[in-house]
Amino acid sequence: MMLWLQLASVFSMLSLLAVGGGSAVLPEMQSMLHQHFNFSATEFVHAYSVGQLAPGPNMLSVLIMGDMIDGLTGALIVALAFFIPSSILCLYAGRLWTRIGDTPWRHSLQQALEPISIGLMCSGVYTIAKESLVNWQSCAVALLVGLLLVKTKINPVILILGAGFIGLLGAYWAA
Amino acid sequence: MAAKNSATSPKISLHQIFWQFFVVGAISFGGGIVAYLKELLVKRYRWVDNDEFIVMLSISQTMPGLNSVNIAILMGDRLRGAIGAWAATLGLLLPGAVIVLSIGLLYGLNKDHPMANHVLGGVAAAAAALLATVTWNLGERTFKKRKSLALLGLTFVLMSVVKWPLYIVLAIVLPLALYIYRPTQDHKPEQSS
Repeated sequence: MMLWLQLASVFSMLSLLAVGGGSAVLPEMQSMLHQHFNFSATEFVHAYSVGQLAPGPNMLSVLIMGDMIDGLTGALIVALAFFIPSSILCLYAGRLWTRIGDTPWRHSLQQALEPISIGLMCSGVYTIAKESLVNWQSCAVALLVGLLLVKTKINPVILILGAGFIGLLGAYWAA
Repeated sequence: MAAKNSATSPKISLHQIFWQFFVVGAISFGGGIVAYLKELLVKRYRWVDNDEFIVMLSISQTMPGLNSVNIAILMGDRLRGAIGAWAATLGLLLPGAVIVLSIGLLYGLNKDHPMANHVLGGVAAAAAALLATVTWNLGERTFKKRKSLALLGLTFVLMSVVKWPLYIVLAIVLPLALYIYRPTQDHKPEQSS
């Protein structure tokens, strides 16, 4: 019961702090999961990364984290806590938006949020990269994937699966 | 207090809303889900026009939460009120949730396998590259202007180097950014005192 309340409060807070999308809260999510649920940084990055293989919003990975903490109940609590609070806020903001009209402050807010969201996303990249780029092999794989993403239109899911396969080959090579 | 339905579009059923978002939630592999939403809901089904979609996108980006989920909320509300909003959101999340849990199950069963760490190492390196490219593309404009780059840098440093909690970082940078981008008189000439 305590665990459920803790899961719900951690993820609903993350939901309301997710300024500029889900990857903006990755650093906070990692430190909270470590603090409250003894989640290691490696587990966190693995859960995030395999979640990228599924369709839909990229932060569905939070369900894997909930599942790892308390099975399917944990996943359900995390899903409700992570998606409902921000959605309710957006529902009412959407209704107010047109009523407020095109005020100059609304424009200021949008301009102000852009660099902040990108800055938070950069922190999200740093959180994931710090744990995943640990040797020259992983850096080489990341560089290759990055190049292919920029230069070609290959679906990222194929690249992620391919990178997993390279990891497997590398393991056999070393053995 | 349902949102107004536009007179031009025929009434769209809850079932249709759920199903179309379900389709987007099921086929949008590899991110870029907002582009899928735009393609299907604006171009193919014409539930809203392009201008309305852009307004929804900017509300979604301003409010906390995932952009795609926020768009589902706004679109559902626009078509069928609050129930429509939840139908759209559930449709968008359901297919990915089922798949992600199956992947999680596989991960849980195999994470102690000696080869698992090598596969996951590759997967994580690729996921990092993907997140970095997405961030780079979204931030292109922000990186090029000095004021926004400074705010971006400050946010990053407070979050990742100083490692303050997110709410404190936001309490510092948001007022600062609002002050920097405060409305100026020449933006709104009709604002007479």
